[in-house]
Amino acid sequence: MDLSTINPVVLIATLMVAATPILLAATGELVAEKSGVLNLGVEGMMITGAICGFAVAVETGSPFFGFIAAAIGGALLSLIFGVLTQILLANQVATGLALTLFGLGLSALLGQSYAGIKPPSTFKLDMPLISDIPVLGPILFNHDLMVYVSIGLVALVWAALKYSRIGLVVRAVGENHEAAHALGYKVVRIRLLAIMFGGACAGLGGAYLSLIRVPQWTEGMTAGAGWIALAIVVFGSWKPWRVLLGAYLFGGVTGLQLNLQVAGADIPVEYLSMAPYLITIIVLVIMSADKSRAALSAPASLGKVFHATS
Amino acid sequence: MKPLKSILTCAAVALGLAATTAAAEPAKVGFVYVGPVGDFGWSYEHDQGRLAVEEHFGDAVETTFVESVPEGADAERVLTQMALSGHDLIFTTSFGYMDPTINVAAKFPNVHFEHATGYKNADNVSTYSARFYEGRAVIGTIAGRMTESNKVGYIASFPIPEVIRGINSAYIHAKKVNPDVEFKIVWVYTWFDPSKEADAATALIEQGVDVIMQHTDSPAAMTIAEERGIMAFGQASDMLQFGPTARLSSIIDNWEPYYIARVQAQIDGTWESVSTWDGIAPGMVKIGAFSDRIPADIQAEAQALADSIAAGDYHPFTGPLNKQDGSVWLADGEVADDGTLAGMNFYVEGIEGDVPN
Repeated sequence: MDLSTINPVVLIATLMVAATPILLAATGELVAEKSGVLNLGVEGMMITGAICGFAVAVETGSPFFGFIAAAIGGALLSLIFGVLTQILLANQVATGLALTLFGLGLSALLGQSYAGIKPPSTFKLDMPLISDIPVLGPILFNHDLMVYVSIGLVALVWAALKYSRIGLVVRAVGENHEAAHALGYKVVRIRLLAIMFGGACAGLGGAYLSLIRVPQWTEGMTAGAGWIALAIVVFGSWKPWRVLLGAYLFGGVTGLQLNLQVAGADIPVEYLSMAPYLITIIVLVIMSADKSRAALSAPASLGKVFHATS
Repeated sequence: MKPLKSILTCAAVALGLAATTAAAEPAKVGFVYVGPVGDFGWSYEHDQGRLAVEEHFGDAVETTFVESVPEGADAERVLTQMALSGHDLIFTTSFGYMDPTINVAAKFPNVHFEHATGYKNADNVSTYSARFYEGRAVIGTIAGRMTESNKVGYIASFPIPEVIRGINSAYIHAKKVNPDVEFKIVWVYTWFDPSKEADAATALIEQGVDVIMQHTDSPAAMTIAEERGIMAFGQASDMLQFGPTARLSSIIDNWEPYYIARVQAQIDGTWESVSTWDGIAPGMVKIGAFSDRIPADIQAEAQALADSIAAGDYHPFTGPLNKQDGSVWLADGEVADDGTLAGMNFYVEGIEGDVPN
């Protein structure tokens, strides 16, 4: 085994890239769940975003418009979920699952003529001096814009939920929709917006896959990333920075296990392969285990149907 | 009135019968794929085979397919559904469908099944596969010649004989032309997950690999190879459009002749359970066009190897060959038998790392 071939700096830089799609989707889902909506359709919204972003980027030649389109596509798809669950009061779990299946099918249909095409390459932030700093340069200053956007988004969501009035309202709706309603907040409207925010973020995550990380369009290319994002929200106990930690941990261990295999580490491959899932879950569970209020971190109205007259 | 009515009914029935015999019920042929037909790899090529069947037989067959069917219990459900809905012949195109195919076939003795890359037969279950290792020998030779870092990356899916055979064949022939060559093998435990395949390719490149081979289904690794300026081979399908510069050659699965032959047998009523394992010679395995990047002498060498395999003059597993632990596997001039190849679960000497269980 020759571990010296693994360059930790490169590894950290790649883990940030590997984690970004999950991080984006998980951050969006976190907001939706904070408002009390359990949307299991993340996978479907991601893959719809992946093809919307890819198609528009190819047609316009601009990855920027691609990401915008991905966010819109994801948000529109999530709106279907929103209308069904918030206005028609359908079961959230079933609707979410259906949304995933629908998204997978829809994206395959939309993407038929886009298989085998190369997307325009994405702008990389050019920071000439600071990206040359040893160690810190490649880790912090040598990524595409979306990596910074995803981190910025986490910070924004954290700050908004914790300090802003909007955040307080979203949380109130998620904790007790009856009370929020009694106070005069438009529960359904707030939830619809949260759902659309979640859809837009998932769409961005999907487009990150199809435009930057892979980069190509293939059917079913998210291959379960949406489900990982859902799990990370729960294990990160609905806290934005823990979600970031979970996503990076998952991305990091995934990258590390592949690198260990290449370096010929003396660990059975089976253990290496399950390591990302196992370690991410264990770390996040340990972090939230010691506090007795851990159970309280789940929004109290999560997944419950709200109807103003009942 | 009554006699007239019954005469008319009789006539109608007779006419109906005549009509059905004239047009003959089309043979209903089903395909089950492990990935999406748009994967541009394994499932894509099987679907090309299905389309060829449709074109060849026209109205005489009706084909259906179900894509992205997970291996295991879910496959059994899909197969049962297909058998119940009147399919005469069903192709199950992934290794993991082996037991589901056998189980469902036992319940429907009148339906014929064809399982790709497996080894379990029954009266109504045939198996078929291609000798991909013949193609691996050719691209292994090219990889050994073309690598400058002497590190060849190999993205492997599951530790099944088929995949291990490919690694061994590629390694033996790379080593033959380049004694310094090293293989870096990554197991991703999936047939189709573009982001994981892309990550594996990135990890390989970061550790100095400059030629990538893969035994997974998506062209993600090819895309990464193109982006990072290294070399790669198309897998299952040509994949040229994903790596115009990176792609050196490819192993193309060509199922069309086999599918047409088997559907013909089904229509003629001559279908019986067989085990088919064809290679370069009958055209089941095709070597994609060589890239201009490969110098002419290496192209000639690779072509000569492919030709001698096709002609039956050379077998890619010819001794002297040792197993990884140094014990003798094949003596000088000895050729591996199909039984050993079909169950291959060991690396040959020189490959580092262990075969996962």
